[in-house]
Amino acid sequence: MANKVKINVTVNGTQYEREVEPRLLLSDFIRKDLGLTGTHVGCEHGLCGACTILMNGQAVRSCTHFAVMADGADIKTVESLGTMDNLHPIQEAFMEKHALQCGFCTPGFLMTAVEYLEGNPNPTDEEAREAIDGNFCRCTGYENIVEAVKLAAKKMADH
Amino acid sequence: MKPAPFDYYAPTTVAEAVEKLAELGYAGKVLAGGQSLIPAMNFRMARPGALVDLGKIKELAYIKPQADGSVAIGTMTRDTAVEEDEFIRKNFPIVAETVSYIAHKQIRNRGSFGGAIAHADPAAQIPALAVLLDAKLKVLSTDGERWEDAVDFIIGPFMTTLEPQELLAEVVIPPLPANCGCSYQQVSRQKGGYAQAAAIAKVVMDGDKVKDAQVVLFSVGETPIRTEQPNKVLAGMVPSTELIESVAEYVGANECDPGTDLHGTEEYRRNLVKVLVRRALLDAIERAKK
Repeated sequence: MANKVKINVTVNGTQYEREVEPRLLLSDFIRKDLGLTGTHVGCEHGLCGACTILMNGQAVRSCTHFAVMADGADIKTVESLGTMDNLHPIQEAFMEKHALQCGFCTPGFLMTAVEYLEGNPNPTDEEAREAIDGNFCRCTGYENIVEAVKLAAKKMADH
Repeated sequence: MKPAPFDYYAPTTVAEAVEKLAELGYAGKVLAGGQSLIPAMNFRMARPGALVDLGKIKELAYIKPQADGSVAIGTMTRDTAVEEDEFIRKNFPIVAETVSYIAHKQIRNRGSFGGAIAHADPAAQIPALAVLLDAKLKVLSTDGERWEDAVDFIIGPFMTTLEPQELLAEVVIPPLPANCGCSYQQVSRQKGGYAQAAAIAKVVMDGDKVKDAQVVLFSVGETPIRTEQPNKVLAGMVPSTELIESVAEYVGANECDPGTDLHGTEEYRRNLVKVLVRRALLDAIERAKK
């Protein structure tokens, strides 16, 4: 058995100290060890973007990281965005524009859009499409997601 | 969890890292950004006995302009950092442009510049770019350092001259000459997907005439391919569209080795090479004149 490694990570503002096997994927650590099942696991090899989280403020795929690589990192998952009573502007925009059907891919889109909109507050259609090119949605055909990203930008500017 | 078990080490200095690699020998494998290695491990196509993670070695992530106009890029510099760096964008725009074609933002945020060269994926952008720009690579081990040209370093698909105890530490890109223009061209099934064929051109002009014309292809052979025909035909010539067309035709027919897979046939890819070499040369010449 491989050596276990002690890690310290901050997830959504809470600090966790855990001992993990090196091969434990960050996505599985977030879901199973921490019980934060908002992060969805799709392809598990870096294609679909469903497991996107923020690591030190940058959007990354949690399935292409081992939990040990997140030692010392500040992580934000979809649970950090809003609550049922107080949605994040991006969540509101996705709801208003019907940007989801089954919802499986949505957490990844939201976390990708959060990072993007912080640096690009006023995206064109083209830019909004490019921003989400690393995320798969198998239901919507993307049109409403693009609309939602643009609406979210507006909402965040007015916020 | 899907990867096979492995031992994990996270050194914080280069000295510790090379010592650990020397100790592990063939059991050890360097973990850089992990954006290629970890998917391969998830599929258990790769089953290293131990990983030496470079993620905590701060001294390996930097972009340093050198006195001679070259730029030194630390192996752990993330793709996004290279893409967004002001010095790179101004002095080596082709580097930022090429990096922007790598996969998606989430992957560029973590993928590393040196790691991509050490991985030597024949469909990857950075190894081809390193060959085109005559990059020099600094390789470290407990025996000291050695330097190698990128073109000699990459010897096959996913194969380099790197020994198990060695670490690719730095990539140095020499300055681009005056009146130089570069262009990146690819065709892929979707944005961010692997290129079915790609070409990067670097052209130096002398007035109306071509002084030097280099084109490197990738995704159409076992390694990045440094083509010979463009410079053979174009050097010293006024680059007419007929000449460029004939060069592109020749390269597509003779200087690449694409395979057939479910995304495209060999014939189709040879045709893509022809089209992309033409586009890359025309664009590079145009930029060189500016």
